Amino acid sequence: MIALIDYGIGNLQAFLNLYQRLHIPVMVATTPEHIEQADKLILPGVGHFDHAMQLFNASVMKDAVVRRVTEQNVPIIGICVGMQMLAFSSEEGVEPGLGWVPGRVRSLKNALAHTQLPMPHMGWNDVVAAKDAPLFKSFNPDDTRFYFLHSYYFEPEQADFCMARCDYGISFSCAVRKGNVFGVQFHPEKSHHFGEQLLKNFAEL
Amino acid sequence: MLAKRLIPCLDVRDGKVVKGVQFRNHEIIGDIVPLAQRYAEAGADELVFYDITASSDGRVVDKSWVRRIAEVIDIPFCVAGGIKSVADAGKILEMGADKVSINSPALANPQLIAELNATFGQQCVVVGIDSFFDVASGQYQVYQFTGDESRTQKTQWLTRDWVAEVQRLGAGEIVLNCMNQDGVRQGYDLAQLKSIRDLCRVPLIASGGAGTMQHFTEVFSTADVDGALAASVFHKGIIQISELKAKLIADGISIRP
Repeated sequence: MIALIDYGIGNLQAFLNLYQRLHIPVMVATTPEHIEQADKLILPGVGHFDHAMQLFNASVMKDAVVRRVTEQNVPIIGICVGMQMLAFSSEEGVEPGLGWVPGRVRSLKNALAHTQLPMPHMGWNDVVAAKDAPLFKSFNPDDTRFYFLHSYYFEPEQADFCMARCDYGISFSCAVRKGNVFGVQFHPEKSHHFGEQLLKNFAEL
Repeated sequence: MLAKRLIPCLDVRDGKVVKGVQFRNHEIIGDIVPLAQRYAEAGADELVFYDITASSDGRVVDKSWVRRIAEVIDIPFCVAGGIKSVADAGKILEMGADKVSINSPALANPQLIAELNATFGQQCVVVGIDSFFDVASGQYQVYQFTGDESRTQKTQWLTRDWVAEVQRLGAGEIVLNCMNQDGVRQGYDLAQLKSIRDLCRVPLIASGGAGTMQHFTEVFSTADVDGALAASVFHKGIIQISELKAKLIADGISIRP
């Protein structure tokens, strides 16, 4: 059973619909008991980093999520700001992140200050995955496109935490992994067939 | 490479999709949910749902259709029309929309842009701008309440000044609707879009005027907009999205196949 962590942020409906269409068991988790029952977790996130961290820290599910992920190695995937929450910190705010994938979240605007590229990075972009990255199983490497919508990006401390890269003025890690903890900067739930395949791969890990 | 976006715009009234020719004489063209589904399958990169009556007649509009759309499509979509407060926007986003677009309410209360940015993040705040070339003054000017002919009025804003102001307040994307071109299918307003592109540092979406596939090539190659929005050419089947994408790719435009 996949649990969508409903800590008060993010659009869970799109994930719910997608997994239901795939006939993969899924639920919206609102209590610690739900988290205990799940064998996979999805951490969504939109908006401001601090706002998302504060809501998560205040959630009744937080302790259960931490225990499941850090002690019982349950796979979790952070989506968009949910991925950024896996870092130690973000230039967008002052709240500490979860630190499950060592790295820091940087301002894309600052990184692109010397360019004329529009900000935020919004739209469908090519994703180049590392060989054998399990989330990208059965993808055509020449045609892997996801929908992005963000102004900050994840900078992992070690290159081997990076599972996929994307180019927008700079090359950045758009998917990270450390052990059972995964994160993607793009929105698989809005990326049509590509997103469906990725979320299916996560479910089948 | 980041792909240019093709964005069918579905004008909605009372939960039905209507098409507009210069904002008047609407005819109902279909149920909203199957149309949304059809466009997602056909390769639309994003959809905009524009509740055309909401902003101009002051009533509370039933937006439950947003949830029904979120249930069937897995591409991003934006909802516009009648969003006057952070609470209004919150409801739409909670029902599954990815972005909200504000137009007249932003003109009435520019601070709303900043409030939406602070609450939901820049990436979901779209500002729609209805811009009309005023022959008398020789300037592009911003209009409001364009959903209702009797209330449509010129604002104090020159388009280029308003574009700068909404960016300063925290808009994440601008949809520039060139009213002189709307519904007449003579092509996008390339001159205006090009001049606005130069001062627009957020994604810029062209709206108004698409009639042929060549118009899309022109707007991407000449005005370097991030997306092109169109309604009737898609709704009436004058342009098929798959054929349009093939042509744009052949023309060297970065497009999601």
